[in-house]
Amino acid sequence: MTSSAVHPPQDRPAPARPSWPDATGHFGVFGGRFVPEALIAALDELTEAYEAMRVDPAFLAEFAALQRDYTGRPSPVTEVPRFAEHAGGARVLLKREDLNHTGSHKINNVLGQALLTRRIGKQRVIAETGAGQHGVATATAAALMGLSCTIYMGEEDTRRQALNVARMRLLGAEVIPVTTGSRTLKDAINEAFRDWVTNVETTNYVFGTVAGPHPFPAMVRDFQRVIGDEARAQVLEREGRLPDAVLACVGGGSNAIGIFTAFVPDEGVRLVGLEAGGDGVDTGRHAATITGGAPGVLHGARSYLLQDDNGQTIESHSISAGLDYPGVGPEHSFLHDVGRAEYRPVTDAEAMEAFALLCRTEGIIPAIESAHALAGALVLGRELGPDALLLVNLSGRGDKDVETASRWFGLGDREHVEPGAGMDTDQRPTEGAVVNDEAVAGQDAGESA
Amino acid sequence: MSALQDRIAQARAEGRAALLGYLPVGYPDVPRSIEAMVALVEGGADAVEIGVPYSDPGMEGPVIQEAMDVAVRAGVGLRDVFGAVRAVADAGAVPVVMSYWNPIEHYGVDRFADDLAAAGGAGAITPDLIPDEAAPWLAATERTGLDRVFLVAPSSTDARLAATVAACRGFVYAASTMGVTGARATVSDAAERLVTRTRAVAGELPVCVGLGVSTGDQAAEVAGFADGVIVGSAYVRRVLDGRGPEGVRALSAELAEGVRRGAGVPS
Repeated sequence: MTSSAVHPPQDRPAPARPSWPDATGHFGVFGGRFVPEALIAALDELTEAYEAMRVDPAFLAEFAALQRDYTGRPSPVTEVPRFAEHAGGARVLLKREDLNHTGSHKINNVLGQALLTRRIGKQRVIAETGAGQHGVATATAAALMGLSCTIYMGEEDTRRQALNVARMRLLGAEVIPVTTGSRTLKDAINEAFRDWVTNVETTNYVFGTVAGPHPFPAMVRDFQRVIGDEARAQVLEREGRLPDAVLACVGGGSNAIGIFTAFVPDEGVRLVGLEAGGDGVDTGRHAATITGGAPGVLHGARSYLLQDDNGQTIESHSISAGLDYPGVGPEHSFLHDVGRAEYRPVTDAEAMEAFALLCRTEGIIPAIESAHALAGALVLGRELGPDALLLVNLSGRGDKDVETASRWFGLGDREHVEPGAGMDTDQRPTEGAVVNDEAVAGQDAGESA
Repeated sequence: MSALQDRIAQARAEGRAALLGYLPVGYPDVPRSIEAMVALVEGGADAVEIGVPYSDPGMEGPVIQEAMDVAVRAGVGLRDVFGAVRAVADAGAVPVVMSYWNPIEHYGVDRFADDLAAAGGAGAITPDLIPDEAAPWLAATERTGLDRVFLVAPSSTDARLAATVAACRGFVYAASTMGVTGARATVSDAAERLVTRTRAVAGELPVCVGLGVSTGDQAAEVAGFADGVIVGSAYVRRVLDGRGPEGVRALSAELAEGVRRGAGVPS
């Protein structure tokens, strides 16, 4: 293949840690620490403990054993040819983080942070959660290691993700619905910080994404980079070349940083982050932070954020609770500004179309978050054309989204079938529209022709 | 010279601690919040911390959050504080702005410093800005002569205490308890320990104590070991309860009596 000459295998025995952030947590002008002084001692303690732990062979061995025996790593790479027929002839590979224990990439990070909690001698963990995946993962790690666990979740999200609330409670965690502000992820983070500053002597904050004050963006990246380290080796082994592009959805951005990091030195590989475009960036109802925001300070770091003329955070909108966040990790802002990664919006409707397509063509129900990356692959594949090789991070599975998806596609009531409506759609279906199997099958045949 | 430091020194010369009261601009609306600030001064406060409403006030407890939430939803922001600054100055107290960092950064650090100085403000307290990240703000305050107040906490190491105090001008804000803003039944022992540690490196710079004080008796207790007593949530509670300027004025009078009763102001 000509493309293997463009991207020859470049084996690196131990992938280098990026040279950013600097010692005080800055990715260029982004990152840093914008928190009350009361938290600085705890952040320093975490930084010091983490810097010691990440080069400690005993920790690395324990972490690796947990990833293998508990999470089920390495996660496989799956080629999805029937899905790829809709991607302009490009080939599409999925990195299957949906197959991890607890159903998403979030477990990679929490196992690391739970081990760190034990190392610094704290008995209680707190966490924020949006879609509930990070909350479930944290509750899981807490149960595994005998830690007490409190999860903050926006009240709005506890309704959207009731299944995950039940899972967290079954795992022994206390789930506190947050009723301040927009009652979503950003407010859950505010409440978790308030808890932390009050109980910092006994409590560790297990942050769920590559945002927040230093050391969280770098530490969470380091725990998540296993995704890309594995995927890069897997793609090289099966294809003898690197992918042309690596795609991932971006809310806070931990799964994207996780799969990007190994590929950052590979200049020929495009890194594409898909942001939640909601109803469309031009409607103002979206969560596309880099596309539609501006630099500022939120939740302890400088990064792009959605804000108004007064510097107030604007409430974000997305069908996906896990992407419904008006900020983004500082490393993404940095990668954007230096031009190493590109960020594109995907609307709710585009994401749900890709969601339906993966379900029907490959038998995989993705998380709605991950469906944004799939939608990005459909577009990029058509741009790059035949022979392009795309690697998509399938960051989670869609069990938690069954109710949202059923509502979107009008699957609730079989009495009111409207042939041709429902999942065969590139726009929001009318109320009462119900998926029609033949119509979807017809769409498959039509679009792949 | 520092307007805040001078006023606190003046209180000390009178054998008492200074009283600093906090209210956010914009609750229940901008004009009535300014009326409440003037009443706060008339009741006997030396300085008013004029709060900038912010969508994500990570250090605030439920009382201040509730007031800020109303103000934010009404579109009140940093540009609305300058009128409050002038009103407080006209009423005879020292106006100082208290703002989370993003509203200032978004407004423009230099533009904010210029507009605050022009309105007669003494400076600003920045609860989520540590000196390590404050280079543009340090430069703007050097240029304009504004005060800049950073926070110290019981968890601050000696090295951080020294560095933070060195960056402060006006006074040092000792956040006396680990936690968010809000009234507490007792003054924590941590407050006096923190003041003692801070004073050891503060030289002539006054040390004022905030977080949790709501009554005259608590103000008297804190006045026994600090240069100034900062009260926030208790004032906001009065406004939330609809007791208006009269309620705020009465609280100021009670607290002003407390900071005088506290007597034993250390020299």
